[in-house]
Amino acid sequence: MKKRFRLKHALVLCKRNLIKVTRTPEQLIDVTLQPIIFLVLFLYVFGGAISHGSQHDYLQFLLPGLIGQTIAMSSISIGQNMNADIGNGIFDRFRALPIARWVPLVGAVLADFFRYLLLCVILVGFGYALGFRITTNPLMLLAALGLAICFALAFAWVSLWVGMTVRTAGAVQGVMFLLIFPLSFGSNAFVQTSTMPGWLQAFVKVNPLSHLVSAVRALLLGGPVAGQIGWTFVWIAGLLVVFFPLALRGYIRRT
Amino acid sequence: MTELAIEATGLTKSFGDTKALVGVDLAARRGSVLAVLGPNGAGKTTAVRILATLLRADAGTARVNGFDVRKQPDKVRESIGLTGQFASVDEDLTGVQNLVMIGQLLDLPKRAARRRADELLAWFDLSEAGHKVAKNYSGGMRRRLDLAASLVGRPQVIFLDEPTTGLDPAKREDMWDVVRSLVSDGSTVLLTTQYLEEADALADEITVIDHGRVIAHDTPYGLKRVLGGQRLTVRPADPARRGDLRDLLQAISGDTPEDDGRGTVTVRVDGDAVLPDVVARLLAAGIAVEEFSLHLPSLDEVFFTLTGTRTRDSDQEALV
Repeated sequence: MKKRFRLKHALVLCKRNLIKVTRTPEQLIDVTLQPIIFLVLFLYVFGGAISHGSQHDYLQFLLPGLIGQTIAMSSISIGQNMNADIGNGIFDRFRALPIARWVPLVGAVLADFFRYLLLCVILVGFGYALGFRITTNPLMLLAALGLAICFALAFAWVSLWVGMTVRTAGAVQGVMFLLIFPLSFGSNAFVQTSTMPGWLQAFVKVNPLSHLVSAVRALLLGGPVAGQIGWTFVWIAGLLVVFFPLALRGYIRRT
Repeated sequence: MTELAIEATGLTKSFGDTKALVGVDLAARRGSVLAVLGPNGAGKTTAVRILATLLRADAGTARVNGFDVRKQPDKVRESIGLTGQFASVDEDLTGVQNLVMIGQLLDLPKRAARRRADELLAWFDLSEAGHKVAKNYSGGMRRRLDLAASLVGRPQVIFLDEPTTGLDPAKREDMWDVVRSLVSDGSTVLLTTQYLEEADALADEITVIDHGRVIAHDTPYGLKRVLGGQRLTVRPADPARRGDLRDLLQAISGDTPEDDGRGTVTVRVDGDAVLPDVVARLLAAGIAVEEFSLHLPSLDEVFFTLTGTRTRDSDQEALV
């Protein structure tokens, strides 16, 4: 007889993760300071060269791209934390309780929702201070951030899988960087795809982050959105179908 | 319901080439204390982890509270509390937060979970520290919180894996009192320990394991009889009198005393009835003593008696 999953258990463990964040708020650097630094650096270092002097034009282009890149980056910590956390005796206690085996993983992902939300608020808020403006409407902004957070919640399972597979928390970061750097820079997040060589364009066009960034860009600045949102959801589903079971298997093997 | 709360037959478990358990049988009657006695690496923790559904045995069967650990793990988990060798509490949470979390995971409503947490904190003398983060607890407090966490669901079967290792003697006595009161409330306790004294103080039955095998199973009384009762250790003030002392002790015990080479002589005695006689003879022989103690055999002596070999730990010490 298998104990059925209960959302309440996941929420209890989500709260545990949130309490842990309040004990060490520096865990939030990657969703607060880091996106601000990225925004400032990209805008003022590369913006002039890329947009031929018009930083405002580049800001309009860059911000949706940065939402995609930084939200993927901020998923690294869930794998790292779980990798470190799982060695604690508390996981033995969880496993000796009559709750579904994988509840602690779901609890961690639910807690991450708040980190991603914080990142979105900070990035858009700071972007606004620098002059970014949406040209659609606030509902579209909510849709864009919702989509980005959905993507991040799916991508978090990749990080969790890596976290359950490699031996140390430091290695989680290394592996995730290897994955996220090509995905974020080999995308349309920072420059127009048309400026790249053909072989790279081929990669950029199938890259899930490109789809996410295109969808967010269209939602914030106008343009056809349905196709890109559709592709983004295909990727979200694909990531979940592949990495949710992999992360789960890794977790069960590990403990 | 069966009469046995814990019942394991032929438990076998290997980790790679290491054979942790080689066919271990364990049994504890409902409402009793079973002590599993053995040195480090004997397989005690592995056995507990299998019974608590944290590990799967390679072979053998086990039932806890009447439920098969392999086929009905969730029924088993509803029945047990587990306190590991290393305190398994969340260090970033306060005592209250830890216990309320466990209560809610056990499907207690929030208020009931809170009430149970307060109850347990009071029982374990942690009420004042309840709102402090567990990271700042002392080792003893953490151990108590860990035990409290395993009792939130009023489990019928409680596993205590070396509950007193590393505790000072006063804290150890406190822990013993807790175990006794759990049993008087009707729980069944399986505790692992490295101390014969602890097993003797608490257990109804003792299973001795070594190298993943059961080498003895008996009541404390029966086991002590096999081991030849207690040990009397005497240290003469004048080391030159050790020869006389050995003769004197042999005359009383009938057994050959052991000289530890560090100035003390130890011999088996049946109990404290011999003490007046020993003291009288020491006086008559004019042997002044610096140390005079009656105690249960150490784990090392237990193993020497049962297996004819010293425990692995002392082997290692000998190598060092």
